[in-house]
Amino acid sequence: MRRLLITLLVFIALGAAGFFVLTDPRVVSPGPEVGTLPAPDIENGKLLFAAGGCASCHATPGQEDKTRLGGGLVLDSPFGKFHVPNISPHTRDGIGNWGTADFIQAMTAGVSPSGQHYYPAFPYTSYRLMPPKAVADLLAYIRTLPSVEGRAPGHELGFPYNIRRAVGGWKLLFFDGTPFKADPSKSEEWNRGAYLVNGPGHCAECHSSRNQFGAVVRATRFAGGPDPDGKGWVPNITQAEGGLGKWSKSEIAELLKTGFTPSFDSVGGSMAAVVRNMAQLSDADRLAMAEYLKSLPAVQGPPRPQKAAGG
Amino acid sequence: MLRSAFVALGLAVGVSAVLAQANPIAERRDTMKAVGAATRDGAAMAKGEAPFDAAKAQAVFKAYGDAAKKMPGLYPDTAKTGGETTAAPKIWEDQAGFKAAFAKFEGDAGKGAAVTDLAGFRTAFGDATKNCGGCHETYRIKK
Repeated sequence: MRRLLITLLVFIALGAAGFFVLTDPRVVSPGPEVGTLPAPDIENGKLLFAAGGCASCHATPGQEDKTRLGGGLVLDSPFGKFHVPNISPHTRDGIGNWGTADFIQAMTAGVSPSGQHYYPAFPYTSYRLMPPKAVADLLAYIRTLPSVEGRAPGHELGFPYNIRRAVGGWKLLFFDGTPFKADPSKSEEWNRGAYLVNGPGHCAECHSSRNQFGAVVRATRFAGGPDPDGKGWVPNITQAEGGLGKWSKSEIAELLKTGFTPSFDSVGGSMAAVVRNMAQLSDADRLAMAEYLKSLPAVQGPPRPQKAAGG
Repeated sequence: MLRSAFVALGLAVGVSAVLAQANPIAERRDTMKAVGAATRDGAAMAKGEAPFDAAKAQAVFKAYGDAAKKMPGLYPDTAKTGGETTAAPKIWEDQAGFKAAFAKFEGDAGKGAAVTDLAGFRTAFGDATKNCGGCHETYRIKK
C-alpha cells in the first residue's frame, strides 16, 4: 500500500516535471534561427504593417492618428478581457528597447523578451509564417512611428486562463510554428496570395470558428463563424454556396480595395478597418489574395443561427 | 360618449402611426438597396466602364441625399431586432453620433448634386462613398 502510494507520487512528480519542461516557452515554441539579416527595408515594413492590421488592434481607440500605437483596446473574449499592449517605440512603455531577435521571437513563436508565453489573442499563430527578414522590416517601420507613453492594464482572465504557463499546453496541442513554404506546383501569384492571406493578413483568425480552447478548427478554416468580439457572424470566405463561390477574382480584389461587395453593399464592423488596411496594398497583392481565396475548396462552416442580410 | 370618442381617436392615431412605420426594418433595407443601386451606377462611371452622364451622376447623389434624410427616422425603439437586421445596438446607445453620421453623408451628397464633369464626379463620389464603410464600421454588426 505504502509502496503504491510512493509509486503514485513519483508518477505525479514526473508528470508535473514533464508538463513543466514541455510548456517551457523555449521548448514548446523555440524561436527561429535568425542569422545575419540585410539592412531592413522600411517600405516593405510599412506594407506589412498595413497587411497585418497592426494598427487595428494596437492604435489607441478613439484617436484619428492610427500610427500612435499606445494600445488600450479591450478584446472581450469568452476567456476574459484582453487589454491590447503598447507597441509604440517608447523605451519604457512600448517596445523601444526590443532587439530584432526579440521581435522575431514574439511574432513567430509567441514568446516575450522575458521568456513568457503570449496569449493567442495576438495572432502569432498566423504571423509565424512571416520569414525573419519580413518581421525585421516590420520592426524597422514601427521604430519610425511616434513614441507613446502609457501602459494598458493587465489582462482580466478567469482561471485557468490567467496562468500564462498554461499557454504552453495550448501551444503543444494547437500551435504549428513552421514558417511559410511556397508550393512549387502553384503559380507565383497564388503563393504570394497564400502568404498574405494566411500570414500577415491573418484572415482565418476571424473567418473561422474556434473550439472550446479558442483554437481555430482546422476542418472549417475560412468557413466563417460567430464574431469573436461581439454580436453577429463572420462570413464564409471559401468557395461554398453563401461564401465566395459566385464571386470573381476581381470582385474579391475590389472588396479588399473599396469595401464594396458585388451587389454594392459596403462591409461593416471590423472588416471596415481591414479594408482601409488592405487598400494600402498594391492591386497585384490584392489580386494575389483573391487568386488564393478562389482556390479554397468549398467548406460549410457551423450553421449560423439566423441569416442576417438586411437593415 | 365623449370618452369613447377620445379612445377611438387615440386608437386611430396610434394605428396610423403604426401603419406609417409598418416595417421599419424592411424600409431601411430597401432604402439601403437604393443606395447600393446608385453606387453601382456611380462606380461604373467612376471606373470608366460606363460613359459619364451628368444627369445620371446627379441622380446618384440625389439617391444618397434622399436616403440620408430618411434613414435616421427608421430606427424606432421597437425595431432593434428581428427581420434579419444587422443594425448594431450602438445606434440606440449613440443616437447623436448616428444622426451626425447621416448629416455628414447628406452634406457630402449635396456637394455632388451639381457635378457636370467626370473629374468633379470622381472626387465627390469618392468622398460620399467613404461614408459607407465609416458608418457601417460603428453602427452595423457583421453579417
